[in-house]
Amino acid sequence: MQPSAAFAHALNDSIGVLPLWSWAAVTAALVLFLLALPFAGFATFIERRVAAFFQDRLGPNRVGPEGILQFPADAVKMLAKEDFIPAGADRFLFNLAPLLVVVGALSAFAVLPLGRALIGADLNIGVVYVLAVTTLIPPGILLGSWASQNKWSLLGGLRAAAQIVSYEIAVALALVPPILVSGSLQVSTIVDAQGWAWGAENAANYHFWNLFYNPFTFVSAFVFFIAGLAETNRIPFDLPEAESELVSGFNTEFSGMRFGLYALGEFGDVFVMCAMFTALYLGGWQVPFVNLETFWIALPALVIALIHLTMFMAKTLSLVFIVMWLRWTLPRLRVDQLMGLCWKGLVPIALFNVVGTAIWMWVFHGQSLPQLLAKAFSG
Amino acid sequence: METGFINAFWYILISAAVVPLMLGVGALLRPKQKSKGAEAMAYECGEEPVGSAWVQFNIRFYVVAIVFIIFDVEMAAFFPVAITYKDAVMNGNVALVFGEIFLFVGLLVIGLLYCWVRGDLEWVKGLMPTSTRGRG
Repeated sequence: MQPSAAFAHALNDSIGVLPLWSWAAVTAALVLFLLALPFAGFATFIERRVAAFFQDRLGPNRVGPEGILQFPADAVKMLAKEDFIPAGADRFLFNLAPLLVVVGALSAFAVLPLGRALIGADLNIGVVYVLAVTTLIPPGILLGSWASQNKWSLLGGLRAAAQIVSYEIAVALALVPPILVSGSLQVSTIVDAQGWAWGAENAANYHFWNLFYNPFTFVSAFVFFIAGLAETNRIPFDLPEAESELVSGFNTEFSGMRFGLYALGEFGDVFVMCAMFTALYLGGWQVPFVNLETFWIALPALVIALIHLTMFMAKTLSLVFIVMWLRWTLPRLRVDQLMGLCWKGLVPIALFNVVGTAIWMWVFHGQSLPQLLAKAFSG
Repeated sequence: METGFINAFWYILISAAVVPLMLGVGALLRPKQKSKGAEAMAYECGEEPVGSAWVQFNIRFYVVAIVFIIFDVEMAAFFPVAITYKDAVMNGNVALVFGEIFLFVGLLVIGLLYCWVRGDLEWVKGLMPTSTRGRG
């Protein structure tokens, strides 16, 4: 294993010249401006195209080949709009709200493991860091909705706050089984442990994806995904926006680039949710059944980094597609059903999974189901 | 070993800079005049807003917030126990750590059942006791 997996260290080792802290700043800017912002813009376009195909129509296909230049056009349009603040609004909080939402969603990109050497900051409390910074989003939504002096906004904002904090408990509990399994809060350690491959040495040291570790983690993954959908205000949990009842919910009074910032925060949060699901349950950057670190040919570091990045993005973007798919498949929940699903459904199931995983590890001495099966079949 | 908190700090700093950057670029491109009068009114489907939007709201939101705080603090205390569990499984004293995990989960279950029985998890909490409902 390399001394440090952080992206900044890798750049510093290969290029040098500047002090380490400046490489940290460069990598942060690279990840945010080349991954987070383009993803958010591109996701709005893809979402419209996907929606169109689900509804048997074409969708935006005029700007550029297949409409691919739609999102730069949209960005320019939003930049050229008037910077609207409604009369009677609390101007300071109205300005502060998008800042909290964007910081909450984008600063979580720091710990996303894009590859073994492509982690912005490999914090030893990575999982808790993601939970901590994304907690900035509900106060941002609540403040913005309250500050806009609009009754639809206030209702949407209150619903958002109640919904996000409730589902935060389910998300945090669903994070515990992978933490129990790998004994660490560091995202790279959690991903490393999932690199199961053929060969006796690999089979003993690594287990397969946490999704298949045991039946409890399998259920826990679904709890995490459902609660993550609610955390990011996606359909079927988009009650804070609910356009059929609340106009546009918490962002009714936000137009132009301010609305764009909310959209950026939302899609950034969707990416973070899907990326954390990939890292914790789908083996992150690991190629299934092949462990590149113990591969029989020593590959160059750059090739490994590219394969890792491709695997990670493929898994994460598939999940993003599932999120969009669900949007056009499921109807919206009622607010009492929403709270019931969280507190009476997901939280008890998640607590059961925690105890179940702990008992499994005790009984089978920390071995996963694939390891036990492999042992059983090899005699 | 450098733990990377400085790197994480850069992410927070740069993502905070994105907001003024975008609004600043917009300020160079967009028209200078501001909406006045009815245009600047809050959008409530074309009706003139009646009264302030800063009104009293349902007490249920406070209850949810209080339940969240209690559970979240409990969760924060739960993570340190969770990371020591694998080590305990490998090195023998698993009963002690499992007992602690069971204690934490047990406390959460008791708290959850208490809220459930009290009816705090119902979104629309009836004003009357359930036994008298539907007789009048």
